Amino acid sequence: MKLNQISKIFIIGSVISLPVTAAELEISVTNLTHGNHFTPLLIAAHDMDSHLFQAGEMATPALQKMAEGGDIGDLDAAVTGVGGVTIANPAAGLLAPSGKVDSIMLDTGDMTHLSITAMVLPTNDAFVGLDAWKIPTEAGSYTFTLNAYDAGTEANDEIVNGGGMSGVPGIPAAPGGDGGMNATGVMDMSSNDKVHIHPGVLGDTDLQGGMSDLDSRVHRWLNPVARVTVVVK
Amino acid sequence: MNNPNKYLRYSAVALIASGTLILAGCSDNNNDSPAPIAPPVVAPVMQNYTLAVTNLTANQPMSPIAVVNHQVDTVLWSSGDSASLALETLAESGDASGLSDEPAVTELISGSGILLPGASESISMSINSDQVAALSVVTMLVNTNDAFAGFSGYDLSELAVNESMSFRVIAYDAGTEANSEAKGTIPGPADGGEGFNPARDDSDKVHGHPGVISADDGLAESVLNASHRFDNPVLLITISRTE
Repeated sequence: MKLNQISKIFIIGSVISLPVTAAELEISVTNLTHGNHFTPLLIAAHDMDSHLFQAGEMATPALQKMAEGGDIGDLDAAVTGVGGVTIANPAAGLLAPSGKVDSIMLDTGDMTHLSITAMVLPTNDAFVGLDAWKIPTEAGSYTFTLNAYDAGTEANDEIVNGGGMSGVPGIPAAPGGDGGMNATGVMDMSSNDKVHIHPGVLGDTDLQGGMSDLDSRVHRWLNPVARVTVVVK
Repeated sequence: MNNPNKYLRYSAVALIASGTLILAGCSDNNNDSPAPIAPPVVAPVMQNYTLAVTNLTANQPMSPIAVVNHQVDTVLWSSGDSASLALETLAESGDASGLSDEPAVTELISGSGILLPGASESISMSINSDQVAALSVVTMLVNTNDAFAGFSGYDLSELAVNESMSFRVIAYDAGTEANSEAKGTIPGPADGGEGFNPARDDSDKVHGHPGVISADDGLAESVLNASHRFDNPVLLITISRTE
């Protein structure tokens, strides 16, 4: 049939015109949560052997720093140190609930995999993560969602006390100005010290006390917590 | 069906468009006139689909499933954007009828009734082959203030005969009504309260639903109990093309 021939010719034409290695990506990230901010995002293209994190593995000190305090500096340096390319902080600050950052352009060079992280705030050590997604070689638009992980490095006591340094208990801040105070603290009985799917926060409805400084009506979430669209040019 | 010329015209346009693509794709752009292409006569053909939907929740009945055909490159909602009035109405009351008036919508098919937790339903649809475009499926979780579930903007033309595609979809929060869970605010059997209310007293942006809290988990004024809590995914949708 004539149409088949026509499409064949067209397909061959596109294959020939494809670049040999480099992929130009246009990325957008939407915060799907009800009331949690994302700290500055790190978007990284790297080789097949690199990871910012892996579920079931211990967090690196660089990941811990990001998950507990939102600092992506060490993760960024780790990626670029082995020849990867990154976009740091594309939203120029926090990405609010229902906020979207788009038109993030990333030339991946000869890097083959894509990872994304940012801390979910306010939490003790939750982060949104994409671990080493193989960048498709076929041009097109790819949409997927991301889950929130628990870095496994800090007890989820849900006390907002400014504690954002690695190893310091507590939550650095509630950026929406919607956190409570004087919480007695949630007793985190989990012994899982590996990176794992976050169980979600508990919160309560007592902003002046109670067990948690988080608000169960504002700060809870269900996975997934982000939607990502990657357009491979 | 009563106007075969219409289909002739569409095929001719399609072939001309393909011809342009060839020219654009060729590197040596000579000026030879292309051989004339005779448009084939295409009779109207119906494409048949079956949707199988299953309510995956513990105790969230779902309003009659709305199956919506609409133009490609349009969606009925987008995370981070405000809900349309039709979507707000669906998410707060379960009434999907307003979706048929949305500008890009060509057809609204409704499921047979409430889809109970654990229940499945099969919905058939037949679309004229020249009108196959985008598909959305959406429903309300009725024991909530304004939770809905579904997907929007799947390109049906990607599905060949005897192929199927499954979606395990999440619950969204329409962002149009605060999740108070309070008596009188939830239309489902857990409350029997109000459905649609034009006031928008939440973030006014569609986002992922945070789940319900319930009285059992510390929200004192909630009419919901632990059985009304849900986790993603909440609805399984399989679309199969049969012809």
